[in-house]
Amino acid sequence: MSASQTIPASPAASKSGDRILRYSLAERVNHWISGASYVYCLITGLAFWSPYMYWMAAIVGGGPTARFWHPWFGLVFTISTIVMFNMWRRDMAVTQADLAWKKAMPHYIRNEDEQLPPVGRFNYGQKVFFWAMFYGAILLLLSGLGLWFVESIPPWLRYLSIVIHVGAALVTIGGFIIHVYMGTAMVRGGFTSIIRGEVSAAWARMHHRLWYEQVTREKSNER
Amino acid sequence: MSQATLEIVRISGHPGPVPGEGVKRAEQVCKLIDTTTCIGCKACEVACLEWNGYTFSETTFNNSYQTMPQTAWNYWNLIKFNEHEREDGSLMLLMRKDQCMHCADPGCLAACPADGAIVQYANGIVDFQQEHCIGCGYCVSGCPFDIPKFNSETKKMFKCTLCADRVTEGLEPACIKACPTGCLHFGTKDDMKDLAENRAQQLREHFGFDKAGVYDPPGVGGTGVIYVLHDATNPEAYGDLPKDPHVPWVVRLWKGPVKWLGNLAIVGGVIGVALHYLRFGPKQVDGKKDEKGGRP
Repeated sequence: MSASQTIPASPAASKSGDRILRYSLAERVNHWISGASYVYCLITGLAFWSPYMYWMAAIVGGGPTARFWHPWFGLVFTISTIVMFNMWRRDMAVTQADLAWKKAMPHYIRNEDEQLPPVGRFNYGQKVFFWAMFYGAILLLLSGLGLWFVESIPPWLRYLSIVIHVGAALVTIGGFIIHVYMGTAMVRGGFTSIIRGEVSAAWARMHHRLWYEQVTREKSNER
Repeated sequence: MSQATLEIVRISGHPGPVPGEGVKRAEQVCKLIDTTTCIGCKACEVACLEWNGYTFSETTFNNSYQTMPQTAWNYWNLIKFNEHEREDGSLMLLMRKDQCMHCADPGCLAACPADGAIVQYANGIVDFQQEHCIGCGYCVSGCPFDIPKFNSETKKMFKCTLCADRVTEGLEPACIKACPTGCLHFGTKDDMKDLAENRAQQLREHFGFDKAGVYDPPGVGGTGVIYVLHDATNPEAYGDLPKDPHVPWVVRLWKGPVKWLGNLAIVGGVIGVALHYLRFGPKQVDGKKDEKGGRP
């Protein structure tokens, strides 16, 4: 589902010209299913990762309970990630504009946004995060199945599953830390957009100018 | 048994040192299995079931005397029958009692994430504590002998305890007690090693088994269960007995450097984003002009 399709569907967008629908309800719901299941797997996974974090299993009902639900929540996470892939894969393709933005990324990090080239619905960093989580989820699922049914597979596959599960988990944790920081503390307005779905026109203009121009063009064509 | 903390030398998934480690010293116990005098009667299998409270379940017939292909969560002691063709073309029926080897350096314990689910006692016995087991199955990956088995109903792992409950009461393990030929022996590791080496020498000098020897693999620090084999150079012939078992290097890497590097990366990431906020702060949309739209 691309952004252009979601705009006319929103009654809120027509009510107030200043607000632009950024994430449809379906996108938001799916994002939070994905987020909640990931956080569950993160807490329980960290508990199994290190004895010094085993106490984390206690907050979700203890070791055996954590172990029982971890793979099921992992399955939910993978499915919602695949749904997300279907919703966003076109918007997440890296374009020429992204490569120009990537070169100017130090400006983004230093909050010198006026020096950044315009980008579409998602910027290069968001796209890298998306693909890291997508491929990470696939690898976590495959290796997780190996760990789940460990007795049915040969030893070399058990070892491979461990390596892949740990490696992929660490990569997604790195992405998760940056994603949560940017989505809540750093990029103001981003957190609201994934909850209520809307951003201000100024926000869209500043962060995703090409996308802003596209949706406003489509909107004026409709009138 | 889990209460006997002063007799525990290693605890799985345990943060920090083992409380009371080394306070109570004990002789290393050892089971010696002389495969050359085993007759495959399975008295040890029955004794194991009886003592540990399991009943005979359906067995698998696969054109062999073997009760089932592998040990099971409720079948810890299994004689593996293997037909072996010798160099001169004659056939031998090799019989090896398979069970937990009670490694001095247990891979199951190294892999286990649950605090106290696997312990090693001062006498060398490696024991699963089901009340702490979370059923993750990591021990399966850690074990070079493929011994831990999962009970899918209770979600707990099980294996041979070397009759830790009997041994602490001064009794020999049930399998030893049941063996009619005396191919099973139980005692201190030193005594069993001596006995095994003597027997191997006897086999080499008087029975024509030039390659007879003792199986006590150094890769896992030696084991609490040792074998006398007719041919110590070919343990694989005895039904998947690995020649040079080790705790898998993947498990070592995972529980060692990877863990510390991973933890460093996670902590580094959290500190990194915090520092970024302190240095650069949030991204506002056009300063105060768009306060309403830009902020939650």
